[in-house]
Amino acid sequence: MSHASDHTRIGPEVAPGDEQADSASVGQRIVVYLIGLGLAIILTATSFFVADTDLVWQPSIPVALVVLAIAQMGVHLVFFLHITTGPDNANNVLALAFGVLVVLILMSGSLWIMSNLNHNMMPMDQIMQMQR
Amino acid sequence: MSTAEATSDPNALHGLEKDSSAGWRGPASKRIVTGYGFWIFILSDMIMFAAFFATYAVLHGQTADGPSGHDLFDLRNVAIETALLLASSFTCGLASIAADERSKVWFQLAMAVTCILGLGFLALEGREFADLVARGAGPTRSAFLSAFFTLVGCHGLHVSAGILWLLTMMAQVFAKGFRADIQRRILCFALFWHALDIIWVAVFTVVYLLGSAK
Amino acid sequence: MLGKLTWDAIPFDQPIPMFASGVVALGIVAILGWVVIKGHLPYLWREWITSVDHKRIGVMYTVLAMVMLLRGFVDAIMMRLQQSLAFQGEGFLPPEHYNQVFSAHGTIMIFFVAMPFMIGLMNFVVPLQLGVRDVAFPTLNSVGFWLTCTGALLVNISLIVGEFARTGWLPYPPLSELKYSPGVGVDYYLWAIQISGIGTLVAGINLVTTVLKIRTKGMSYMRMPMFCWTALATNLLIVAAFPILTATLAMLLLDRYLGFHFFTNEAGGNVMMFMNLIWAWGHPEVYILVLPAFGIFSEVISTFSGKPLFGYRSMVAATMAICILAFMVWLHHFFTMGAGADVNAIFGIATMIIAVPTGVKVFNWLFTMYGGRIRFQTPLLWAIGFMVTFIIGGMTGVLMAVPPVAFVLHNSLFLVAHFHNVIIGGVLFGAFAGYTYWFPKAFGFRLHEGLGHAAFWCWLVGFYIAFMPLYVLGLLGMTRRMQHYDVPEWHPWLIVAAFGAALILCGIVLQIVQLFYSIRHRAQLRDETGDLWNGRSLEWATASPPPAFNFAILPDVSGEDAYWGIKERAAEQTGQDKRPDYQAIEMPRNSPTGFVCAFFATLVGFALIWHIWWLLAVGAMGAYATFVVFAWRDKDEDEIPAEEVARIDRDNLIARRTMLNAPGIGT
Repeated sequence: MSHASDHTRIGPEVAPGDEQADSASVGQRIVVYLIGLGLAIILTATSFFVADTDLVWQPSIPVALVVLAIAQMGVHLVFFLHITTGPDNANNVLALAFGVLVVLILMSGSLWIMSNLNHNMMPMDQIMQMQR
Repeated sequence: MSTAEATSDPNALHGLEKDSSAGWRGPASKRIVTGYGFWIFILSDMIMFAAFFATYAVLHGQTADGPSGHDLFDLRNVAIETALLLASSFTCGLASIAADERSKVWFQLAMAVTCILGLGFLALEGREFADLVARGAGPTRSAFLSAFFTLVGCHGLHVSAGILWLLTMMAQVFAKGFRADIQRRILCFALFWHALDIIWVAVFTVVYLLGSAK
Repeated sequence: MLGKLTWDAIPFDQPIPMFASGVVALGIVAILGWVVIKGHLPYLWREWITSVDHKRIGVMYTVLAMVMLLRGFVDAIMMRLQQSLAFQGEGFLPPEHYNQVFSAHGTIMIFFVAMPFMIGLMNFVVPLQLGVRDVAFPTLNSVGFWLTCTGALLVNISLIVGEFARTGWLPYPPLSELKYSPGVGVDYYLWAIQISGIGTLVAGINLVTTVLKIRTKGMSYMRMPMFCWTALATNLLIVAAFPILTATLAMLLLDRYLGFHFFTNEAGGNVMMFMNLIWAWGHPEVYILVLPAFGIFSEVISTFSGKPLFGYRSMVAATMAICILAFMVWLHHFFTMGAGADVNAIFGIATMIIAVPTGVKVFNWLFTMYGGRIRFQTPLLWAIGFMVTFIIGGMTGVLMAVPPVAFVLHNSLFLVAHFHNVIIGGVLFGAFAGYTYWFPKAFGFRLHEGLGHAAFWCWLVGFYIAFMPLYVLGLLGMTRRMQHYDVPEWHPWLIVAAFGAALILCGIVLQIVQLFYSIRHRAQLRDETGDLWNGRSLEWATASPPPAFNFAILPDVSGEDAYWGIKERAAEQTGQDKRPDYQAIEMPRNSPTGFVCAFFATLVGFALIWHIWWLLAVGAMGAYATFVVFAWRDKDEDEIPAEEVARIDRDNLIARRTMLNAPGIGT
């Protein structure tokens, strides 16, 4: 395998976490991180605010928090991890999508299954009492 | 082999026939290979956290007549922890840039600040845990608390391992400079550290913010 | 000082484990003694134990699997014997011992036979088929293998020091909680699986990255052999599913060690959550086992029919569909737990849907054979045996996917028959097909054909005689894991099943004889050309065994040819250049990291099981130190000079050309 400079792109791909190493100056790259930091701060502060406030319709709070959380994760992915939708990032995005899919299936499936089970089945401490 | 034979596969799925075999130029560079492999590892780690999250979600109501999240969580503390971790993600990004520019001074500085911020996070979390145990709300009290301590504690363990790794990277750069393999490890460390902050977003939202409601 | 470990841990009063351990100890001493006395130890250390070569590691994985197959099979013989004897009697295995036997049987067969066998074959073959020199992370590969060995070692140690779990191969709470399993048995299981689970995850990451990032020039996705596609799907499943297992077993460990309440009866624990999570892993696991076998059959059927695989693209689609659908059916393992009709219905339908891609594959294999020039050699026999057997097993699976049927048949012997049907008929037959098919590539000589046929027939007939009665027994109402019973109708069927097991034993004996015989007569059985079967993929373009670097020059398989022409294309290239431009090749250096790491991991596992805390500290620090030493090394590659490469390659080419030009050699 070649030992050319590690940022030479031999093929049309980029390592996850690497930026398109081409032209951006140090200052520009720092700015990207600063923007990410700024957006994340705003979103996080909003989350904390929403959780505690009475200014928002209460039942919408969980949804709002989830949306804000997803947005924060997106900010991290784009500004800190440099995940883009370009063709050179395709494998990285696909792997991420697969992981996210499994996470969603696992979480939603488990919650649905367990809530049905808990609804139908006798609680364990009652079963234990029946044994005596 | 003639082209006719080549495409005579009777089960060719339409749309997948365009075979751009001109595209693949051979094995990818080590940086891409290493980075991608670590990316896959991070995905597996996310799924492990998902199992803990699922368990927490299922068990969060099982307080066994004991304290619930609402009674226990100190959101101010959580906010400070979040700020520390977010800042450390930023300084880690600066360290990545410094590594790309091969600047030892800025790299060590940025990593040191990242380390301090991370240690601050751990200190606050450790104090929170100790406090809960002292109040009789330790992990053995109820299923909810078992799930809480495990999920948040697993994240904390990852951060601790990350700190250990961070210090090792600082030592490696100090001893051997920005060799290619060390650069690859720095890339992996950055992926890890940012991923931990992403997981923390899920933790503070699902566990603390949603758990403090009502 | 030694935690919970005392002399009481050794079962001096139980003849069977004492005898078995004695035999094993004798065997180990004999083999080790022979190795040392003959002076093979330096060779073994240099060429195998510290090797990071995917071919060596692949072979070692396979050896581990075959050795553990013997242990797991002995457990099976004991169970069949017990059940045929224990009609209105106690048999010869007391219940607490019988329970350990069936638990160990399942654990060993799944985690230390089926998984290593498949991972070993994938490790050996995939880089060769992709036309490259090694997997993405060779040293990590070695670590993964040795950690798997640690797990196997711990399970086997439990036979003589302490006990094994009595919970079955999946430790359901509350039985597996400390209150009801206070001994070390469940701990042995948990730490063995957690440690070897790290090894499996490492293998998964390695192979996913290899298939996606390390292929030779011109090998686009649609030009990869089918085995590489199934390897990709399998390892994606490993990477996505094993973390769930790790988390779930970790929660059980926390319950047992630190008094947490995930799955306890008290303080709000939810036992059903364990089943939910463990099967969320468990279902993808069975696809992890069977997908490589499907890949092997694609290779074998196409080669021995003399035709390219029919419907390559639909095979790829089916494989990736199975990969995704594998995560959507897991509830069918606990229909009876009480989730209700609508939940059961959704998962039941999903389970039937997932049978469809497999059906697509079966038809494609049949159409591959149709119109081909069939050569009934041993690998193809296994493939045909698989097709018949797996279809039966698959159908019984779809049958049980109907929730009302599952309510009758859950945990009966019908279920046991079903999963043995698909695992033996699918995974094990695939393993044997792959073993026979790629053995000449790995070692330079083939296995004796006649003995291979004999072994196959013993296995096939033996399997049916052993397991078809179990279907009947399930329908007659017999539950699984019974240590004794008093229903007269069941008795004759169990005796028949025992005879089937004896026939399978003959098959295994024949396979052992085949191996030894073939080694003794390897001169006559030599593979001169490297392409014994006239295969279609790139591994057949190398010598048998391939040199350390696999290909002197990485083949360039770009062009208009379809995927099945790449071996010819590679051969053309090397034929054209009379004086290829050999370059120096850098290969990753051997390293003791894997072995040493696993040594410390064994200490850690043993220490955790017996609560020997100082040993835990020693082991953990040792493992970390090993890692740091590895991370600190300066030289991670050795260079093979160009002249050396040229010499090796020319020798191979001459030998092969001589054979190919000899009169009477076919295309």
